[in-house]
Amino acid sequence: MIENGTKVRVDDRFHAGHHRVPGYLKGREGVVTACLGRFPNPEALAYFRPGDPPLALYQVRFRQADLWDGYAGGPADTLDADIYEHWLQQLEDRP
Amino acid sequence: MNDPHVHSHRHPPAADDPSSGYEPLERAIRELLIEKGILDAAAIQRRIEAMDSLTPANGARLVARAWIDPAYKARLLEDAAGLLAEEGFELEHSPTVRVVENTGDVHNVIVCTLCSCYPRMVLGLPPAWYKKKAYRARVVREPRAVLAEFGTELPDGVEVRVHDSTADLRYIVLPRRPEGTDDMDEDALAALVTRDALIGTAPARAPGES
Repeated sequence: MIENGTKVRVDDRFHAGHHRVPGYLKGREGVVTACLGRFPNPEALAYFRPGDPPLALYQVRFRQADLWDGYAGGPADTLDADIYEHWLQQLEDRP
Repeated sequence: MNDPHVHSHRHPPAADDPSSGYEPLERAIRELLIEKGILDAAAIQRRIEAMDSLTPANGARLVARAWIDPAYKARLLEDAAGLLAEEGFELEHSPTVRVVENTGDVHNVIVCTLCSCYPRMVLGLPPAWYKKKAYRARVVREPRAVLAEFGTELPDGVEVRVHDSTADLRYIVLPRRPEGTDDMDEDALAALVTRDALIGTAPARAPGES
């Protein structure tokens, strides 16, 4: 279980076939803002496997200025994405 | 010299979309399911009618009630899926729904970059632009430019928060209540809440605005 406020990095690894991490977030750092529950692994469901054990799903908040070079919006702008635990590395133990 | 009456412009494509191959595939599977007695045409028709009966008016009603009733609003933000299930929405086999609130400090906008996830179980089918690559690619990268094209200009001090629905949740935006609506009842308020306001590309209409 990753606590709210924990800094995380999205794994930048190759994954053939169906996966639920947008390419633009791979390798990016954000902060966990909510645990959204546990869900069967969609990367297994896509191939008619049961998706066990269910994975914890986290809402991760990114700063837009960290995602895009020369981001033209406001400095406080953010992007939230829902990312399963097996794609997240914790950068700190505690918030 | 150009004769304005010469019929020289390019014609638009004849079909809506080039055939993707999925249409004949869908038809083949559907016909097989019917032939094997797993489904019948009436059951499929009922599902289509059930989907067509869902419209953004459902979301507008939720928003209007939340504007009037603080306890309802708190529940909507805390446990939208539970609330919607109680109200008779069929959520058993669908992803979880979450409602995010626009405030004076934060403006939310919804997208699905991986495909076109949308809170269909409440709002019905998404608009065509929501599914286009242009919207999906641009709204994460330059949300303010996209919002401006919808006529929505936000000051720099407001945090624009894009929600990329990448997994098992579907998002609905709770827009801000427009000014000058203190005396309006739920029906009148609901009429101000457009589909775009529920996606976050536009604010709710002001009273008297068409």
